[in-house]
Amino acid sequence: MNPSPWKVFGALCRRDVHVVARELPFFLLRTTLQPIMFTIVFGYLLPKMGFVQRGYAGALLPGVLGISLAFASVQAVALPMVADFGWTKEIEDRLLAPVPISVIAVEKVLAGTVQGMIAALFVLPVARLIMGPIDGLDFAHFGLVVGMTLLGAFAFSAFGLLLGTAIKGEQIGLMFGLIVAPMIFFGCAYYPWKALAVVPVVQVLVLVNPLVYVSEGMRGVLTPALPHMNLAVVAGALVVISTIFMALGLRTFDRRAVS
Amino acid sequence: MPPAIETRALRKVYPAPPLRRRGTGGVPMTPLSSAPTPAPAGSKEILALDGLDLEVPPGEFFGLLGPNGAGKTTTIGVLTTRVRPTSGTAAVAGIDVRANPVGVKQHIGVVPQRPNPDRQLTVIQNLLFHAAYFGISRAAAQPRAQALLDQLGLGDRGESKVDQLSGGQQQRLMIARALIHEPEILFLDEPTVGLDPQARLSLWEILRSLHGEGRTIIMTTHYMEEADRLCDRLAIVDHGKLLALDTPAGLRARAPGGTMIEVTLDGEAGPVLPALLSLPALTRTSAKGAEVVAYAERVGEAIPLMLRAAEQAGRLPLDIRLTPPSLETLFVSLTGRKLD
Repeated sequence: MNPSPWKVFGALCRRDVHVVARELPFFLLRTTLQPIMFTIVFGYLLPKMGFVQRGYAGALLPGVLGISLAFASVQAVALPMVADFGWTKEIEDRLLAPVPISVIAVEKVLAGTVQGMIAALFVLPVARLIMGPIDGLDFAHFGLVVGMTLLGAFAFSAFGLLLGTAIKGEQIGLMFGLIVAPMIFFGCAYYPWKALAVVPVVQVLVLVNPLVYVSEGMRGVLTPALPHMNLAVVAGALVVISTIFMALGLRTFDRRAVS
Repeated sequence: MPPAIETRALRKVYPAPPLRRRGTGGVPMTPLSSAPTPAPAGSKEILALDGLDLEVPPGEFFGLLGPNGAGKTTTIGVLTTRVRPTSGTAAVAGIDVRANPVGVKQHIGVVPQRPNPDRQLTVIQNLLFHAAYFGISRAAAQPRAQALLDQLGLGDRGESKVDQLSGGQQQRLMIARALIHEPEILFLDEPTVGLDPQARLSLWEILRSLHGEGRTIIMTTHYMEEADRLCDRLAIVDHGKLLALDTPAGLRARAPGGTMIEVTLDGEAGPVLPALLSLPALTRTSAKGAEVVAYAERVGEAIPLMLRAAEQAGRLPLDIRLTPPSLETLFVSLTGRKLD
């Protein structure tokens, strides 16, 4: 009779592994070029010119990783989904699989999570290479690093599911301009959240930005000696954000899949 | 054995009309050339299905015939679990589509209106992964995939990229994909739209042989000839309603008597109508714009009379078309409009 949902889930994963593995170089180029260029300018050139202090690298590296993993995750899920539901309709062969369609959505989110983690893993050594030795960088808690990366990538993958199913093809440009760009600049990626105390209003307002928790979380696990948000708060916030995005995303996915 | 398809009082109302065309295919149905079904006054809803009752026994080749916007694609959408009915019931292989969509999917194969292969995969991978989505192991799927490709004339294209296939080849790949998990019921939504005549004929052969294997086939089309030649029974639908249901021969027999005569004039046909209505040789005479339509048993006698009437009203005939009693004439008499 019906195959078990797990078996179908496995097949969906195999398909994505097959496709993602082939596209990986392009995917990494597309999603990590911007953070890497930022690292070159702010983590190498400006310190060399003496415009920023050397210590800035310690605040910048975790933030750049956060950006990489967050936007690799969003893009990995949202971009193909906009095309799938918008014009290629390619996802329809999976929507015909004899499983609840939420299985297909969940698989997409998990595949996006893995891709986000790969992007972060790729950027970490590259950024370290560009910036040179970084004061305070500490790999003593590698398990925590993996855990935080996983949480952050999952939250943004779920965000990708929501965006990819809630927006239409012609709004992709708008999405990057209106949602992604402000998120990056006000995501505490380029400065620690604690330092925002100089403008308290901004410090409070940015708390609605999910990227803040990813950046601060990366700080907490990579440069624990430097100022960062409490890790328990970060983890709690990311779990709540993931849950909200996932619940909304599953609903919009269902609406796009079954009219 | 339960009917392959059963719908009772099936209704589907889309909340608001799409703001623009979403391409020629897919779900939800988008009225294209035809006017959208009139909705209750003051609302922007689109009534796609309006109390549709259908019953198709297992093993039948069943056709849904109607113009664009008739509700064919929505019907297929409901039966393939991709459109939620507003009210009424629909069951496939005895399984309710709303209560158990997962169960329904196990029994069906779907060939979409527009080919939607997974372009990231090769031709044979499209089949192998689709089989895997149905829990079929690669070892079991491999020989079957190759056999299907052979049967559909794609035997040597297994390793090709999908984009290297022609439109007809992609459509055949869609059929192979729909069959890889051996469903009892095959749905095809306008499978020959956009195919050249040769590809269309070859697709007809394929469909006949699939039907010969005992499979239930549900096909939508707006080509009369296709419906007439392939289907065991035909449902003529328009505005989401069933207008007629019978074998092609039975429907032809119900076509209004006489040959349909259409005359295009060089101006408004209105002034000619009174004279035509008084002609006993003509039946069901009507006029619209510069067109006059009438039916006659003896065409040779009727045409000169029609032309004389036109002349007396100061009109010249530009064109005359004759259509013998057929599905086409039945369709026009049922719906008041043509298929294409």
